[in-house]
Amino acid sequence: MSESSVVQVKTTPEDILNLSEEDRSAAIEQGKLPIVLAHEVHKWYGNFHVLRGINMEVFKGEVIVIFGPSGSGKSTFIRTINRLEEYQKGKIIVDGTELSRDIRNIEKIRMETGMVFQQFNLFPHLTVLQNITLAPIQVRKWPKEKAEEVALQLLKRVGIPDQANKYPGQLSGGQQQRVAIARALAMQPKIMLFDEPTSALDPEMIKEVLDVMVELAESGMTMLVVTHEMGFARAVADRMYFFDQGQIVESGTPEEIFTNPKEDRTKLFLSQILH
Amino acid sequence: MMNREPEQYTEGEVLAPPTERYTILGWLHKNLFSTWYYSLLTLVTLYIVYAILKPTLIWAFQQAEWQVVVVNLRLFMVGQYPADQIFRIWLALHLLAFTAGLAWAIWLPKARRLGAFLLLIPLALAALPFISTTSKINWVIFAVAALLGWALGIWQPRRMRRPLLILLLAYFPILIFLISGVEPILKLVKTNLWGGLLLTMLLAVVGITVSFPLGILLALGRQSKLPIVKLFSVLYIEIIRGVPLVTVLFMAQLMLPLFLPPQIKIDNVLRAMAGIILFAAAYMAENVRGGLQAIPKGQHEAAWALGLNGFQTMVFIILPQALRNVIPVIVGQFIALFKDTSLVAIVGLLDLLGIASTVLAQPEFIGHQREVYLFIAMIYWVFSYAMSYASRRLEVALGVGER
Ligand SMILES: Nc1ncnc2c1ncn2[C@@H]1O[C@H](COP(=O)(O)OP(=O)(O)OP(=O)(O)O)[C@@H](O)[C@H]1O
Ligand SMILES: [Mg+2]
Repeated sequence: MSESSVVQVKTTPEDILNLSEEDRSAAIEQGKLPIVLAHEVHKWYGNFHVLRGINMEVFKGEVIVIFGPSGSGKSTFIRTINRLEEYQKGKIIVDGTELSRDIRNIEKIRMETGMVFQQFNLFPHLTVLQNITLAPIQVRKWPKEKAEEVALQLLKRVGIPDQANKYPGQLSGGQQQRVAIARALAMQPKIMLFDEPTSALDPEMIKEVLDVMVELAESGMTMLVVTHEMGFARAVADRMYFFDQGQIVESGTPEEIFTNPKEDRTKLFLSQILH
Repeated sequence: MMNREPEQYTEGEVLAPPTERYTILGWLHKNLFSTWYYSLLTLVTLYIVYAILKPTLIWAFQQAEWQVVVVNLRLFMVGQYPADQIFRIWLALHLLAFTAGLAWAIWLPKARRLGAFLLLIPLALAALPFISTTSKINWVIFAVAALLGWALGIWQPRRMRRPLLILLLAYFPILIFLISGVEPILKLVKTNLWGGLLLTMLLAVVGITVSFPLGILLALGRQSKLPIVKLFSVLYIEIIRGVPLVTVLFMAQLMLPLFLPPQIKIDNVLRAMAGIILFAAAYMAENVRGGLQAIPKGQHEAAWALGLNGFQTMVFIILPQALRNVIPVIVGQFIALFKDTSLVAIVGLLDLLGIASTVLAQPEFIGHQREVYLFIAMIYWVFSYAMSYASRRLEVALGVGER
C-alpha cells in the first residue's frame, strides 16, 4: 500500500471481490467485511488533486462522522460513494458491488444508498408526499398505495405527519430537511450519506434534524455523516475521520479524537471549532 | 404643492403608511408639469398625438369606405373555406371557448371581473351591425360555451382538473380533424381553400404545437453526451436561427419535394407549415434550453441519488420545472410567430395578408389600400395584445419566478 495517506485499513478490495456473491453478502451482513470500502481513492479536478489516497472501511450498522476544514474534500469523497462524482484511481466497493463506469452497478448502488444534502434539494414542483413516493414508484416499481403508506409512516417517524400535501416551499428549513431524510429512507437504503445536513439551518431547527438522525443511528442504520456537530458525533459516532487537504489525517473513536488527538492538525482544528 | 392631508403622529404608536391624496390639479402638477422641461415634453407629446390622431380620425369616419371590409369579411376571416362547412370552424371555436372557460375557473378562479369583461367581447362582436345573423348566433353560443365551461370549473374544481388537461391535449388533433375533415366522416376541405385569419391562426398554432416536442428534443440533443446527436442539434439550431423565415419558407417550397418520394405530393400550405415548424423548432429549442439550464444542479443530483435514471430524471424532475418556467417565453414566441406567418403571403398563400392583396385586386376595390391594411393591422394587434395580456395573467397565476 502507498504511504500517501496516514490512515490505512485492513481489508483489501480482493478480500471482497474474490468471494462469490452469496459469500460477500453473508460476510457483510455478519460484519466480517465492510459494507463500504474505499481503497486508495484519488481524484483530480483538472490539475487540482482533491482526494489524495483515501482509505476507509465502514461496517454494517456503523455511524461514521467525517469532519475537517473547508475545501478538504469531505463532500467530494462522500459524493464518490454514490457516484455523483467520478474518481480516477483506486477502488470503492459498496455492499459488495464495485463502483465502475458500468451504469448497472451505479444504478444498483444508488438504490442501496440514500443521500441527504446541505441544501435539501427537494423537488419544488411536487408535494411532500410526491417527493417521497416518486422513487419507490418509479424505481422500485411499488404500487402507489404501498408507496404512500410507507411515506406517511416515514413522515410520522421524522415528526411531520400532517404536512404530506404541502409543497416544499411552504415548509421551514428544518421540516424540509426532515422530508429529505424521509425521501431517502423511502427507498429502504442500506447506507445513508449525509453531507452537512444541518449547515443551512437556523440554530433552532438544527436540533429537530439531529434528533431524527440520532434516532436513525440508534435504529441500526449504516451512516456516513459529514458534519461539524460534535455533540452528534459524541453521542452516536462509532468512528470519526479527520480530513485535511484531500487526505484522512486521523481516525478514531469519538473518545480518542476528543480526549487524545494524535495529530497537531486535528488538535488545531478541534480547538477552533470547539472554542 | 402636493396638497397632502396633514397628519398627526404620536410617538411609539404603530402607524399606517401615510396616504397621499391629490386633487386633480395636484395630480397634473406632480405627473405632468412638475418642472419646466417635463411641461415642455408633455406639451410636445400631446401635440404629436393630436397631429396623428386628427387626420386619422377624420379619414376613418368621414372619408374611408369601409364597404371593402364589410363585403369581403368572410374572405378575410376564412378565405375560400366552403360556406356550407363553416359550422366546423365555429364548432372548433366553441370548444375552445368551453376549454378556456374551464381553464379560467380552475387556474384563475379569483379573476372574475376580468373574466366577465372578456365574456363581453364575443357579445360585442355579436352586436356588430354588419355581420350575418348566423355569425351573431354563433358568437352568442361562443359566450355561452365559455360560461358553461367556467361554471363547470367553479362547481367541481378538483374533479375537472384532469378533464381539462385531456381537453387541452386533445384540442389540437380535434382542431385539425374539424378544419381539415376526414372522409367519409367529415367532408375533406383541401388546404388550398383555407385562408384569411383562419389560415394565419392555423399556421401559428400548428407551428408552435408541433415545434414544441421537436424543440424539446433538440434542446436535449444539444446537451447530449453523444457527439453526433449534439453536433446535429447544434448545427440545426444555429443554421436555422441564422437565416430569415422567408428563406426557410422558400426552401420548404422548393427543396421539400427533393426529400420526398415522387408519388407523395404535398401542397403549398403543407410546405409552408413544414417550413414554419422547422423554423419555430430551432427557437423553441433555445427557449427550452434556457429553462433547462435554470434548474439547479442539486435537482439532478437528488434525483440520481434516489436511483432515478437519466430519462426518469428528465421526465419527472427537470422538464416539468423547466417548461413551467418557460411558458411565458413560449407564449411570446407564439405571438411573434402569429405575426411572422404573414410572410407566407410572399410564397403565394392566402393568409390574412395574402387575402388583402387579392381583395385589393378586385376591380371595384382598387385604391382602398388604407382601409384594408388598417383593418388587418387592427386584427393582428387585437390578437397579439390579447394574447400577451393573457400570458402575463397566466404567469402570475402559475407563480413563475417565485419559489
Ligand atoms: N467542480 C469542481 N471543480 C473544481 N474544483 C472543485 C469542484 N468542486 C470542488 N472543488 C474544489 O475541491 C476542493 C474540495 O471541495 P469539497 O466540496 O469536497 O470540500 P469540503 O471539504 O466539502 O468543504 P466544505 O466544508 O466547504 O463543504 C475545494 O478546494 C473545492 O474548491
Ligand atoms: Mg462540503
